[in-house]
Amino acid sequence: MSDLLLEMRKLRVEARGADGATNAIVNNLDLKLARGEVLGLIGESGAGKSTIGLAAMAYARSGCKITGGEIIFDGSDLMLQDADVLREMRGVRAAYIAQSAAASFNPAKRLNRQVCEVAVRHGVMDEDAAVARAIELYEKLDLPDPRNIGRRYPHQVSGGQLQRVMSAMAMTCGPDLLVLDEPTTALDVTTQIEVLATVRDLIRQNNNAALYITHDLAVVAQIADRVMVLRYGELVEEGPTDKILNDPDEAYTKELVSAREAVIKPRVQVALPDNPVIAIRNVTASYDGKVDVLKNVDVVIGKGETVAIVGESGSGKSTLARVVTGLLPPREGHVEFQGKRLSQALKQRSRDDLRRIQMIYQMPDVAMNPRQSVAEIIGRPLTFYFGLTGRKRDERVRELLAQIDMDPVFAERLPGQLSGGQKQRVCIARALAAEPDIIICDEVTSALDQVVAAGILKLLDRLQKETDIAYMFITHDLGIVKNIAERTVVMYQGDVVEQGSTVDIFTPPQKEDYTRKLIASVPEMRTDWLDEVLRERGDLFEIDAKAHT
Amino acid sequence: MSMVDDKVPEALPRRSFDWRFFAEMPLASKVGLAIIAINAFAVIFAPWIAPYSETEMFRDLGNWAPPSAEHWLGSDQIGRDMLTRIIYGARTTILIALCATLLSFSMGILAGFTAAVMGGIVDNVLSRIVDALMAIPTLILALVVISVLGTEIYILVLVIAVLDSTRVFRLSRAIAMDVAVMEFVEAARLRGEGLWWIMRREILPNTIMPLIAEFGLRFSFAFLFIAALSFLGLGVQPPYADWGGMVRENAQVISYGIPAPLYPAGAIALLTIGVNLVVDYILARQNRSAAAAFEEQEL
Amino acid sequence: MLNLLLRRLALGVMTLWVVSVIIFIGTEILPGDVATAILGQSATEENTAAIREQLGLNRPPHERYVAWLGAFLQGDLGMSLTSRRPITDQIGFRLENTLLLAGLAALIAVPLAICLGLVAAIKQGTIFDRGISISTLLTISVPEFFIGYVLIFFVAVQWRWLPSMSSVNTRMDIWDKLPLLILPALTLTLVTVAHMMRMTRAAVLSVMNSPYIEMAELKGIRNWRIVVQHALPNVLSPIINVVILNLAYLVVGVVVVEVVFTYEGLGKYMVDAVSKRDVPVVQACGLIFAMVYVGLNMTADILAILANPRLRHPK
Repeated sequence: MSDLLLEMRKLRVEARGADGATNAIVNNLDLKLARGEVLGLIGESGAGKSTIGLAAMAYARSGCKITGGEIIFDGSDLMLQDADVLREMRGVRAAYIAQSAAASFNPAKRLNRQVCEVAVRHGVMDEDAAVARAIELYEKLDLPDPRNIGRRYPHQVSGGQLQRVMSAMAMTCGPDLLVLDEPTTALDVTTQIEVLATVRDLIRQNNNAALYITHDLAVVAQIADRVMVLRYGELVEEGPTDKILNDPDEAYTKELVSAREAVIKPRVQVALPDNPVIAIRNVTASYDGKVDVLKNVDVVIGKGETVAIVGESGSGKSTLARVVTGLLPPREGHVEFQGKRLSQALKQRSRDDLRRIQMIYQMPDVAMNPRQSVAEIIGRPLTFYFGLTGRKRDERVRELLAQIDMDPVFAERLPGQLSGGQKQRVCIARALAAEPDIIICDEVTSALDQVVAAGILKLLDRLQKETDIAYMFITHDLGIVKNIAERTVVMYQGDVVEQGSTVDIFTPPQKEDYTRKLIASVPEMRTDWLDEVLRERGDLFEIDAKAHT
Repeated sequence: MSMVDDKVPEALPRRSFDWRFFAEMPLASKVGLAIIAINAFAVIFAPWIAPYSETEMFRDLGNWAPPSAEHWLGSDQIGRDMLTRIIYGARTTILIALCATLLSFSMGILAGFTAAVMGGIVDNVLSRIVDALMAIPTLILALVVISVLGTEIYILVLVIAVLDSTRVFRLSRAIAMDVAVMEFVEAARLRGEGLWWIMRREILPNTIMPLIAEFGLRFSFAFLFIAALSFLGLGVQPPYADWGGMVRENAQVISYGIPAPLYPAGAIALLTIGVNLVVDYILARQNRSAAAAFEEQEL
Repeated sequence: MLNLLLRRLALGVMTLWVVSVIIFIGTEILPGDVATAILGQSATEENTAAIREQLGLNRPPHERYVAWLGAFLQGDLGMSLTSRRPITDQIGFRLENTLLLAGLAALIAVPLAICLGLVAAIKQGTIFDRGISISTLLTISVPEFFIGYVLIFFVAVQWRWLPSMSSVNTRMDIWDKLPLLILPALTLTLVTVAHMMRMTRAAVLSVMNSPYIEMAELKGIRNWRIVVQHALPNVLSPIINVVILNLAYLVVGVVVVEVVFTYEGLGKYMVDAVSKRDVPVVQACGLIFAMVYVGLNMTADILAILANPRLRHPK
């Protein structure tokens, strides 16, 4: 293969833990990448995909070390080169695009200084030529005011734009290889689609070879020619993108493909409930008394019903949860619980009111006291609300553990001794222990890997069937909403844009432009999705101008 | 088990004190622990282990006698046994520092936690008072107060405790604030738990290690401070044996090549090094950079 | 940003005012009575009353405070009770000596510490680096007078390189004083340099794991250039803070060191005054020390604001 650009043979990368023990985060990995080819590396956290991407540039993060194998870049083994040769190659022949542009730009230096640094420091061009090249790239990447944007500091530019400036930085020296490490993950969906499109065009125009690293199969499907599925630092399956998406061989890949698509709720039309459990009436709320984060919000949730509150960052969806729980008394409006008006502030609510509204958080790590055992965490509401103690309490804790599919032996463990999914289960059990009428779920799956998240969603659904509990399900992830919620509320900058039956909201044509744009931006598991969306974009992205000023 | 999803960390022993705290201690910190133990021993058993009596003068020996088999560290400015004086001096210096630290800790933590949990006006008033006290270098403020109140031991303890408690206040308030914004505290508030329960059951257990480390730092601060005051002649007054004072009393002869003041000064240095070695380890164990702690330490 | 700076300046002035109040309260309103304090054992009712009259202690405290502060602002520091001479005359020479000593120590310590700290950050994990962390622990633990006497014992007495006592007088010019200043300045340097060095290193290393440093490495930038150009600009404010904290520490440490070397400075003057219960002198010295300290802290904050690109270039 004469057009082979990068080859890894039996790559092994080890990490040294705090206790001095080493463990392999990448083991025995073979990888081939031809010129002009885009290879997707996909896997969940701990799969070693970023480590492989960095190893392509013969780089290991601190605490890690490439301990075995060969990395052959354009015919020479990088493992045998000395530091100066590697340094000359980095940035010029191989360039890296990181997940968070906001964190990857030096906050103390102007953008142009950083973009041009590669070319100038490696002696590829002088300062003036490099700036001219940068401006040319900014233009190509549709950045506003390309002549002057480089004079700004990173904090003066929006996240989506920064990500594009970083792409420009990677392209200045015209590298043969691009390593893209989750370049769109930190962005809101509507911004992600923009960046995804520009990044793809860039790779195609320049005929770069690229390693595209992501946890999201739907994203990689739009860009990659071929996909490698990784787990625990080893290869699970490799093949053309179409094959992996539509006809995977391995069970793990199948699980990964279906995780997003898990249909839990029947997709039927539902009407507004007559006697809602919770009714949020014309709530306007503000943290500082000046800027309203919620504007006249009106939402009802019925018994045994799941209502999804969706929106991007800054939409006010989490603030809504704070109003319902009483942490943030609204400026106007009120919250009703089973027809009875609730006190605005937490302190004035009765213990029974508090019991009936429970909450589950995004980060189970910080939602549980690290010094209390699972039994104490689940047992406290039992004592507090029902006066259960001693054997009766232990008995009930065991029942609750069984309800969340966990063995009773976990009762004596501390949160630090549980996996991410188990922690979230314990949080669910703690909420259940109070025997509430409604549970507010605030982004409960976004910190979890997709397969684990799917398990949590199924558990929540089963519990709802058993106890007829209502969920207020706050999320930014529209992909899961249509599979779990009867009704959906779309929020944007503190306003309810649209609400109704999930089927209605998701069936085109949508009534509201923003809803349409939001739903269209959710990547789908097929290779032609991005092209299709871009063809139809038209007026869809005019809102963009508003969102990014 | 139907759903064991991702990798589960292995179960560790819990509850009772984690003995690995000692087992994993590096040599330096073990040395530090030994130094502390020796000093504690000297404080408790001074009359039994000291070779001579605290005030006995050896006429035949004379002043500033060099070390000998009978008098390991020689004699002091009026012919008393230096080693004996140092052993008794440990009592005064260390007990004063310990009392001051305990006092400053009780005050500082109580005020700090109260400020963090109550917030609002209480926090504001307490914080502003502390800001004002901290705007003046501790030693200077202490000198000002001592010039009027005198050098009674209880006054020294009180002055050091009050000045020192400002730093305990800052730290315990900051730690409590960090913990108080965690979601498990919010969860407790949403459950309807009272203030006292939240402080005692949710916050305190999560702040105990940094507070122990801080106790070590504050102790070495109070200890160096009382030593410095005594050295300046403004701390413990004769006839009590006290390390800082002993340095002062013997200082003049250093110019003649007699190392007498170096013995008590060395004893002071040794104990603080010991404490800091142990504190360093505690801080490293709970991943708080030791550098940050050093930054807070200041005389 | 100008707003922020002005607010910090205003806060500094406020702090100074509060400090003057505290020092005044500390000496005048605390239960100990100045008149009895001065007279000690020999206090009788008559001579106590006489002293009170003489010091104006019979006037209400707020009046005395206003008079004291007013005079202070005009450069009149009052009369010393023991020498019965204006404090202003006695303080000038000593303040100069103290500033000379602290300044010399700072001049050696600050550049040395920052350079060594950067080198330690670049050579992270080497023997040099470990040496730093041990020496920091030692110097932070050891009292100044121990370092001072060890230096005297070896450098001045055993090896006879320098004089052991640093007695200066008004007739000496700066070049006469310089050899006398070396040992005390060295003591102060030793006390502060390791701490500053370690903090500089820690500040640089704290950003060395951040994504933008990784990005610079992946752009193939040289190691020292990454430290100097990418890390350093982002840790200016913590470094400034540490430097100023240590300068403030010098101001205080100078008190003990001056006593060790019997160096005629403000610190030794104050300590002598405290043991003689010469309250007006204590007040004056205390206020001057506190002013320097508050001034330094304010400078640190202002420099930190100036070093922050987010504040210099708002959105």
